[in-house]
Amino acid sequence: MAKITFITSDEQRITVEGFSGSVMALAVENGIKGIDGDCGGVCSCATCHVHVAPEDVTKTGEASEIETDMLELDDHADQYSRLSCQLQISEVLDGVVLRVAK
Amino acid sequence: MKKSEIPDPFAAQRSKCGYETIDDQNDPVTMLLRHKDVRKTAHNYKTFTSEAVPGRIVVPSEVNIRDTRQIPFEVDPPKHGAYRSVLEAWFKRPNNAGYQEALTTMVSSIIEEMLAKESLEVVNEFALPLQSRALTLLLNTPFKESETWISWGTHVFRSEGEALDADKANVLYDYIERELDRAIANPSDDLYSVLMQSDFDGRKLTKEEAKGVMVLTFAGGRDTVINAVTNAIAYFADHPKSLKRLRKEPEIITNAVEEMIRYFSPLTHMGRVVTEDTQVCEHAAKADSRVSLCWASANRDENVFENPDEIVLNRKINPHVGFGFSHHNCLGATHARQILRILLKELSEKIESIDILDLKENIEQWGRFQRKVGYHKISVKFNAITP
Repeated sequence: MAKITFITSDEQRITVEGFSGSVMALAVENGIKGIDGDCGGVCSCATCHVHVAPEDVTKTGEASEIETDMLELDDHADQYSRLSCQLQISEVLDGVVLRVAK
Repeated sequence: MKKSEIPDPFAAQRSKCGYETIDDQNDPVTMLLRHKDVRKTAHNYKTFTSEAVPGRIVVPSEVNIRDTRQIPFEVDPPKHGAYRSVLEAWFKRPNNAGYQEALTTMVSSIIEEMLAKESLEVVNEFALPLQSRALTLLLNTPFKESETWISWGTHVFRSEGEALDADKANVLYDYIERELDRAIANPSDDLYSVLMQSDFDGRKLTKEEAKGVMVLTFAGGRDTVINAVTNAIAYFADHPKSLKRLRKEPEIITNAVEEMIRYFSPLTHMGRVVTEDTQVCEHAAKADSRVSLCWASANRDENVFENPDEIVLNRKINPHVGFGFSHHNCLGATHARQILRILLKELSEKIESIDILDLKENIEQWGRFQRKVGYHKISVKFNAITP
């Protein structure tokens, strides 16, 4: 189990619990504003973009090349950007804080 | 070769040089064929504009048949984003449960209708009515409007044998004009009325802008959706095991839909106009010339996709550009995805197998490339699951 906190563009802080699957799917289930997950998690649409809190980057790990290529062409991306469909929920992610890009 | 196969005519040229210049009504277009170039160019709206003379970014060019600017399609950021934000919530309605229930009823009932037939022609008897009926949900208009749209045929700008048909375009334009006038006189809760009441840049949207949105909504989701639906039926006819697999593993339907969009690429390419002398893929592109983003080629790029010419139903990483890419990605994608997800679910639950009886492929000619995009006609028989 992992507790994951989302901060939306209107500065709402929402903490939800997940057991498995992707962080994107967890956000969509919980109606987190700004995470649409249009393509269902295949790394095609970039509608699940989050900025990982700097202190949590060690927990989320590094983006794959395909994910990085996608983020490179996103004007709002920075060194903390991830596509949340590529973050798999496990205990490792417990406590992470993610700022929703959109 | 299986009947449902959609070959990739761009493979050799894509790996050899990455682009190809073709003529289009004396306004040549350099088609970009590699995934990376297509995405980079789509993203760079300053050098590769969508805001040219209306119709010029479309290939074949529509400059001679229309003056109305399609919105937000033919507008660059930042204005593009302002239009898009007016429309975003409306075009995300297909994510609502009620919308999906209504769509499920439509899909289910047309499949039941077809099961009763000895044979059916998929393009005209199935895909076109389904696309038109589903569009009544997106526009929030009465179901009976779909009968008018069905009567227009498969492409609102094209009639048999003529790629660009101004008379046919006028049928659509006149229809939209009438509907907007009606919405102005008697507002309801349909898209026309919502547009006429929308705030944009400190004022209301004009009728011409609303018309631009409506033309885009009708034209952009017409033959694209029809080809995707028809190609999906052809695919299942050749791959009955895939129907069974989706029945057993409905959780992969989302992935299967993305994969079909990649493989089918219902829109082959879309143009941009170059605003300054530049280079793309080591090709010198002159100001005021045209390039096109070849989604169909990018979606088979072997540097990005393993087994690019195969439909891998549960493909997990799939950065396809079947709905375009970046700022101008498809506004109707949420609607299109729901149609296909529900279609796959309903087919897998009701159909055991599909027999292809007869077909005529729809093959586009782009310079020396011939690309199959779907079918003009494909007659099939649906076989129900026997309990």
